[in-house]
Order: sequence, then C-alpha cells, then structure tokens
Amino acid sequence: MIGYVLRRLLYAIPILIGVNILIFTLFFAVNTPDNMARIHLGLKRVTPDAIAKWKHEHGYDKPLLFNAQAKGAGKITETIFFGKSVPMFAFQFGAADDGRDIGHDIKTRMMPSLALAAPVFLVGLLLYITFALTLAFFRATYVDYAGVVLCVAMMSISGLFYIIGGQFLISKLLHLVPISGYQYGTDAFKFLVLPVAIGVIGGMGGSSRWYRTIFLEEMNRDYVRTARAKGLPERIVLFRHVLKNAMIPILTGVVVVIPTLFMGSLVSESFFGIPGLGSYTIDAIRSQDFAIVHAMVFLGSVLYILGLLLTDISYTWVDPRVRLS
Amino acid sequence: MFSYLRVSVCVLLLSLVAACGKAPWNDPYPVSERGKNTLYSVFNERPKHLDPARSYSSNEIVFIGQIYEPPLQYQYLTRPYTLEPLTAQAMPEVQYFNAQGQALATDTAPEHIAYSDYLIHIRPGIYYQPHPAFVQDAQGQYVYHALRPEQIASLQAPTDLPQQAKRELTAEDYVFEIKRLAHPRLNSPIFGLMSDYIMGLKEYGEQLSREDKKLKAQSGVEAYLDLNRYPLSGAQALDRYTYRIRVKGKYAQFKYWLAMPFFSPVPWEVERFYAQPGMKAKNFVLDWFPVGSGPYLLAENNPNKQMVLLKNPNFHGERYPSEGAPGDRESGLLADAGKPIPFIDRAVYTLEKEDIPYWNKFQQGYYDASGISSDTFDQAVKIGGTGDAALTPDMEEKGIQLKTTVATSISYIGFNMQDTVVGGLSDRTRKLRQAISIAIDSEEMISIFRNGRGIAAQGPIPPGIFGYEEGEVGINHYVYDWSKGKPARKAIAEAKRLLAEAGYPGGRDANSGKPLLLNFDTSAVGPDAKAHLEWLVKQLKKIDVQLVIRSTDYNRFQDKMLKGDAQIFEWGWNADYPDPENFLFLLYGPNKKVGSGGENASNYENPEFDRLFEQMKNMENNPARQQIITQMLEIVRRDSPWVWGFYPKNYALYHAWYFNAKPNLMANNGLKYLRIDAQARERKRSQWNQPLLWPIGILVMLIAMVLLPAALAYRRKVHAAPRVRKDK
Repeated sequence: MIGYVLRRLLYAIPILIGVNILIFTLFFAVNTPDNMARIHLGLKRVTPDAIAKWKHEHGYDKPLLFNAQAKGAGKITETIFFGKSVPMFAFQFGAADDGRDIGHDIKTRMMPSLALAAPVFLVGLLLYITFALTLAFFRATYVDYAGVVLCVAMMSISGLFYIIGGQFLISKLLHLVPISGYQYGTDAFKFLVLPVAIGVIGGMGGSSRWYRTIFLEEMNRDYVRTARAKGLPERIVLFRHVLKNAMIPILTGVVVVIPTLFMGSLVSESFFGIPGLGSYTIDAIRSQDFAIVHAMVFLGSVLYILGLLLTDISYTWVDPRVRLS
Repeated sequence: MFSYLRVSVCVLLLSLVAACGKAPWNDPYPVSERGKNTLYSVFNERPKHLDPARSYSSNEIVFIGQIYEPPLQYQYLTRPYTLEPLTAQAMPEVQYFNAQGQALATDTAPEHIAYSDYLIHIRPGIYYQPHPAFVQDAQGQYVYHALRPEQIASLQAPTDLPQQAKRELTAEDYVFEIKRLAHPRLNSPIFGLMSDYIMGLKEYGEQLSREDKKLKAQSGVEAYLDLNRYPLSGAQALDRYTYRIRVKGKYAQFKYWLAMPFFSPVPWEVERFYAQPGMKAKNFVLDWFPVGSGPYLLAENNPNKQMVLLKNPNFHGERYPSEGAPGDRESGLLADAGKPIPFIDRAVYTLEKEDIPYWNKFQQGYYDASGISSDTFDQAVKIGGTGDAALTPDMEEKGIQLKTTVATSISYIGFNMQDTVVGGLSDRTRKLRQAISIAIDSEEMISIFRNGRGIAAQGPIPPGIFGYEEGEVGINHYVYDWSKGKPARKAIAEAKRLLAEAGYPGGRDANSGKPLLLNFDTSAVGPDAKAHLEWLVKQLKKIDVQLVIRSTDYNRFQDKMLKGDAQIFEWGWNADYPDPENFLFLLYGPNKKVGSGGENASNYENPEFDRLFEQMKNMENNPARQQIITQMLEIVRRDSPWVWGFYPKNYALYHAWYFNAKPNLMANNGLKYLRIDAQARERKRSQWNQPLLWPIGILVMLIAMVLLPAALAYRRKVHAAPRVRKDK
C-alpha cells in the first residue's frame, strides 16, 4: 500500500507540470502581460513606461516558456513559466498582482468555504442516499414514479434559480435568515442555513437519481434475494447489505470531492457574500490576476489528485477483494 | 394520523408565537451593533490599493478619501464645484517665474512662464491617527521599527502591538508622498503624467530606480528604500508647516490634483514600519493599512467581507458647511450648518457583488443608501408623462428619498479617425460621420436601455463643467435643430442627403456600387449588450448602411484600440476634475491613443483645435475662455469624431433616516457630512422584517401529508414480508 501511495504521488509531479503548462498556455493565449498591467494600473493615463515597470516588478518582463536570449539553463529558468511555477511545488504561492500574499489569503478564506461546503456535502450525502434508498424500496410504485419525476424536474432547474428563488422566498418574503453576508465563528450559522439548504436541494435531483440507479442494480443481485429469503427485515437488507455493496460506485464520486471542499463554490459564495476561496477565484479571473488563478488551479489539481488517491484507498476499505499494489 | 396533525398544529402555533417577537431574524449584523450610530454601505469590488500613491479607482477612493487629507478639498454643497483649503491654511499661493528665475506677474502669458511655484502652508495642530509606527522610547528611538520576525508572525493586525502614539502632520509628509509617486516599487498611475509637470520628478524616478536596483542586489528584494535620503528639487519643505511644489511652465489644473489622495501626506515612519521583513508576508503593508489624519481610520480591513471605518480620535475637527447652492436650505441640507463633523461614529462597508441581495437588503433597511440598477428601476421609479422621475408608491410609503444628478462623465461612440473609410478630415468622411450621428438616436437609446437616465450629449463637455452651454447656443447644429424650446434631432432624410454627398447614395459607394459596410468593435457580452448592438445595427439601417458587429474579448479590443485597428467603437470618460480641459484633452492630437497611448481614443487630430486647446488649457474661467471653448466645440461638432452619445444621470435612493446626502461627483470625502438617525432605523427594521412562519408550518404539513401514505405503505410492505428467521 505504501509503495502504491508513493508511486501515485510521484505520478502526480508530471501531471502537475502538465497542468501548469496548460494553465500558462490558456491564460496567456487570451491575456498578455501588457493587458494585465493595464488592468492593474487602472486603465486611465497608463503610460508605456508604467506598463514596463509593472511587468518588471511582477516578473512578467521575461519570455513565457523559452528564453532564447539567455545562456545554458537560463533558457528555461529565466522565463515566466519557470519563475512562477517552481515555487508552487513548495506551496509558495507568492504575491497577488495587487501585492497581497496569496498563501495568507488562502488560509483565511479556506474556513468559510469549508463551512459552506462541508455541511452541503454531509447533509446532502445523507439525504440523497436516504431518498434514493426510499425510491428503490418503493420501486415501480407511485412513490418511485413521483420521486423520479421530482428528481428530473429538480435536475432541469438551473442552480441560479434555486439561489435567487431561495433568497426571495426565505429571506425577502419570510424574513427568516439574512439574504447574504457572513460572520465568523458560531454567528456564521444563520448565514449558512440558506446556502446550505439551497446547495443540498440543488444537488438532490441528480445525485438521488444516480444513487437510486446504483441501488436498484444491487437489489437485483443474488445476495439480496438470499438475504430476503432468510427473512431479514427490509431495512436491514437495504442499509446493511445493499448500501454496503453499493458503496464502491458511490465512493468513486464522493471521496474524490472531499479534499476539494476547501476550494469553495464559485456561484454560491458570490451570491451569499461568503468570503471563501470560490469567490476569490472568480474575482481573480475577472481581474486577470494570473498569480491567484495559477495558485488556485494548482491547489485544485493537488487536492483532486489527493482525492483520487483517497478514493483508491477507500476501495480497499469497502471491498476486501481490492488490493493496492 | 392524529399524531401528525398534532405535530403540524404545534409547529404552526409555535410559528405564530415566534412571529410575535420584535428582533428581526434576518438582521445580517451582530446584535451588539443594534441602535448604534453606524452607517451601512456596500462595495462591489475588492479594492486593489489603499495606498494614496497608487489608488485611482472609485471603489478604492471611497475608503482612502475618508482617511487621508490632501491640502485641498471640494466644497460639499456649493455648485459649480469649488476648491477650498482642507489641511492648508489657505488656497496655494502660485508664483510664476521665467527661465532666469525672475518672478512674473500673474497675468503673464503661459509661453513666457518657465516654471510655477505652489506655496502651501499647512495648519499646525493636525495629528495622525494612533499607530505603533510613531511610538518612541525615552531616547527617541522608534520602538517598533526593528521587530523580530516572531513578533510580526504573532500579530493579527499591526495595531495589535501594545503601544500606539500620534504624531503631528508636517509639510515634510506631503513632500514624502510626492517623492513616493516616483517610487519604482509603487508604480503610481500618475507618475507618467506628473513627471511631465513636477520639476525633477522624472529624473528622480530614474535615480530611485538605479538606487533600488543596487539596494536589492546588496540586501535583497525587501530592502527598504529610504526616500528621505534622496531630495527632490520639485517638492521641498521650506519649514515645518510650509512646502513648495515647483511645476514646469504653467499648469492651471494642478490645483485640482491637490484635492486628490495622490497628494495626501504620508509619514515616513509608517512606510519604514511596514518595510520590516515579515510584514509583507502577513499583508501588513501601507497599501492595506492606511494611516492618515482624516476623520476616519480603517479599523477593519477584510476586502473579502467588509471594511470598517471608525472615527479617528485624533481628528482635528471641522464644521458642517454654512453655505450651499440655491435650494439647499429648503431641502434641509443646511440644517446642520456649523455643527462639528463627522456625525457618524462608524461606517461598515460590506462586500456585495450581486445586485439582487444589495437591493433586497436596502429595502429591508440593512443598507442606508442604494443606487438603482436597470433590473430594479421599475420597482423604484416611475416616469411621469412629462418625463419626470418620481418614486413608486411602495418607496414613498417607506419614506425613501430619490436624488438625481447628471454625472460629469460622457459615454460616446467614437470613429477611428485614422481609418480609411470613416476617418480623416475630408469633406466626404466628415459628412459620412455627420449622417451616422443623426441616424443614431441617442434619445431613443437612453429611453430604451437606460430607463431615461441620461441626457443626449451636444458635445464633449457635460453639464456642470465650465464651457457647457444651455439652450440654443449650446446645441450641436450638425445633428439638432432648435424647435419649440428644445433640441430636435434632424430628420433621417437629412442624414441620407449627407450620406449621398459623402459618396454613398442609398448606402452604396457611388464609384463601385458596393454597399457601405462599417464595423463596430466591441468587447460587450451578454443579453443586454446583444440587444443594444442589435439596436445599433438598426439605427444605421435607417440610412441603408450595414453595420457589422465585431465582438472580441476585452484584451483584444484594447489591443485593437492601441493599434488603431478598430473602426467604430464605444468609449467613455469620467472627469478627474471639473475643468473643460479634462474633457477637451480627449480630442487633443498629441494625446492620440495610437502611438502615444493617450486618452484620445478616436485619434482625432485637427491643428486648429489643437492650437485653441493649448491656448485655452491654462486660462482662468472667464468669457474669453468660453469664447475659445465655443470655437473648439464648433470644430469638433463639424468634424464629428464622436457620435456624442450621452451624459449619464445618476439616481440614488436614501432611507428616511439618512440626512445631508447631496451627490458630489468630485469630493471623495463626503462621509464626514452624513448623519443618520439610528433609532428611527432600528424601529423601521423591526417593523419591516418580522419573521413570517406560517408558510413554513403549511409546508411541514404538506410534507407530512406526502410522507404519511409512504410510511403506511412501508409498514404494509414490511408486515407483508415472510419472516423465516432473524439475522444473527
């Protein structure tokens, strides 16, 4: 197992280099350092001299990937790509284009993101599984049909509609919770109730339907028939046998997202005014702050790779037949 | 069944009981803040810079304008916009000199003036806000200028250090800030402009760059570049309270810059304090923790969530103005005349990126003021038969006030004057542009896309700026006729006639017979932009001209503009200061965007206009200046390098508990004049936000009614299952 984990971690290095090259290519295909300088210098009365100074100060006055003017290893090392990428591997994110330390910002913004994403994940998982098992239990009855119709309807509605509709109904008409905003500590509760509820409801259609399919597939297996033949109560059959055996496909989709919960939600955080990493990324994209976009994509990639690794490890936990070697 | 009903009824009753409580549940602010003298406002974009040498955006100046104090400020109530001393004892004394250093009379022609001296006397007894950077020990050594990294690492904010002290503001602090404009690590946006005017600033910037390079090579990238070691000839402190700025030639608009944060004082101790190793890694920089002498200090800097301004305990004191514009007394704006300001103890600015939450929270009383977006316009404002804007009954019932003002801005459609089809000063292309100017109906555009919030422009100078003329004399006779006491757009037939004279009868090239095809370059996206662009295409179709929309991303659009590859485009300008020079320079030849990167986006160049501009720019506002401006306007109206577009009209809403609001588009420090009635606000918030729980009770009952048959079905199914043996 340890050997497998180490090998997977080593595989991550070329993947992360590839991600870096990709983000560089994509970002600089539509932005030039001059464009970035103009935006950060305020668009008004920006002189070529000021642009040159800004690029120099922020390390954007070098070639992108290959420096033909440099000698030896400098052809690679004296480039924007090298200068901006190598410190990333030591998790040194450097400064944003407005001068703020990105590492510090990530640390402070991680918890609000997690405070929103973790309850959505946990409550959602519990609710979706329960709902899906209920539908599976009542398969081919009016409960099942109505549930599937509901799921399809919920899947068809845009996530933005849930947000705006939820804010309108719960906050504007009923005055139950604040429309947006955030306070740290336990005061965060009243600000999180609505976005968490909307996050859970928004994901319910797709996830419940997917889990229902998995459960139905499992319920037709021989071991389920055997369990029933033994006279086990249906809840034991469902929660002890079917659920456990359905965990492998569920884990595939679930464990991988656990590390990325820190990355936050791009839309919800903006609408609910939650100062997390999702809104941080969106702001950076809007203001063409390459340093932040780069750091967030890199961090997202690392966490995703970690999630995949955790998924593999979790297989061995739910299925003794799986061995990692 | 009965138990479900009982639960539902209990929920319903509990809901009703809870709804009788007083405190709103949806209050986004902590309970401890209720009833306090706090103003609640918003910012929709994270400020990038709070350093006065760097900050140039309105969303940044809204904060630092309350913290830093330049020597001058704009009078809050009087119009036209007038400068007055802030920290200065009086308006600057301006002296002119020739190349030999001899003083010249004030009416000397600008071409004979080699340089001008601005002598500014600062009032004694003004102190900075408390800050650890000022703390000295008994020997006069600064206590916190050599902190250990672990000390810095343990801080949550620079003000966590146990001691804080104050220091008197001196003339040296103003000089220090002017030097900072040339600091190679700060990239001040006005360095380029100011180095053309302030004597020696350009060379000073070059000197600092050299020294900085040496310093970094010797001591690392974070080494402190001490500006006190390098004097600047163009800015010098003559004594503790007097400093002099030396400006090349005559630059009449320089006084306006002295009312901007760029010329605020910065104490060197603070810059030294923040330059300590380890500060930057904690984001403890002057760019984020400003230190000023103004009425407020930045108590909380969390651009991800909220910014909080607190009354500065060391503020030198000021009084609410006793003079205003006509009508101000009647509207209650002089009720607080002579009272000490600031009135508000604390101002909380919350990051609110989306319009919908902002608007709803304003309606709930959680924000004290609001703008009006297009989406919410109909909820707030109704336009009467005469075109007057008034509040809707809902807004009136809440006691909300509406204030409108024409912005000192212009939004226009520009022609690239270097383009072979639409550009140039030939009679043919001039007539083509005039025809297009008539065809694009700005009044219709304002009505459809801006809910009437704007005034069709007659030239580059908006109302409220010297040079703008009302009535028949002020209209653009190439596009409008004066009819029934107001401007009336010329008929499309006139546009078609001009088009034919331009060589395009019926929209076709008279020589080749090919249809005239023009290109509109834009980076606008989204459904609103699409509708607007389609409308533009239809406008040109009225004169049988085809308009092709060339959409591109923002960066490529900017590149096109810089290279002169765009043909027709949309652009705008927001005034830096209330002087016609700040608008007419947008058409001054040497300011062309192509080649020089200036603000003349249409690359217009007319020698006669340029000559008159040079004559006009340094004149005082008098009839002679007006005469020259009228001539300049006639030239550009005839040449039509822009379809003049519109001057935006700003609409703002204020709650009944919000006093002394008067939109001032030049002043950055308006917070100190505002007053609120916090108790009235609290009462209204409670009244408007009582929680409504009975719909939740009904929802619970509905869910129960849906679940009940399912639960019964489950029981039936479980009991019907054969039971042979139990699981072990």
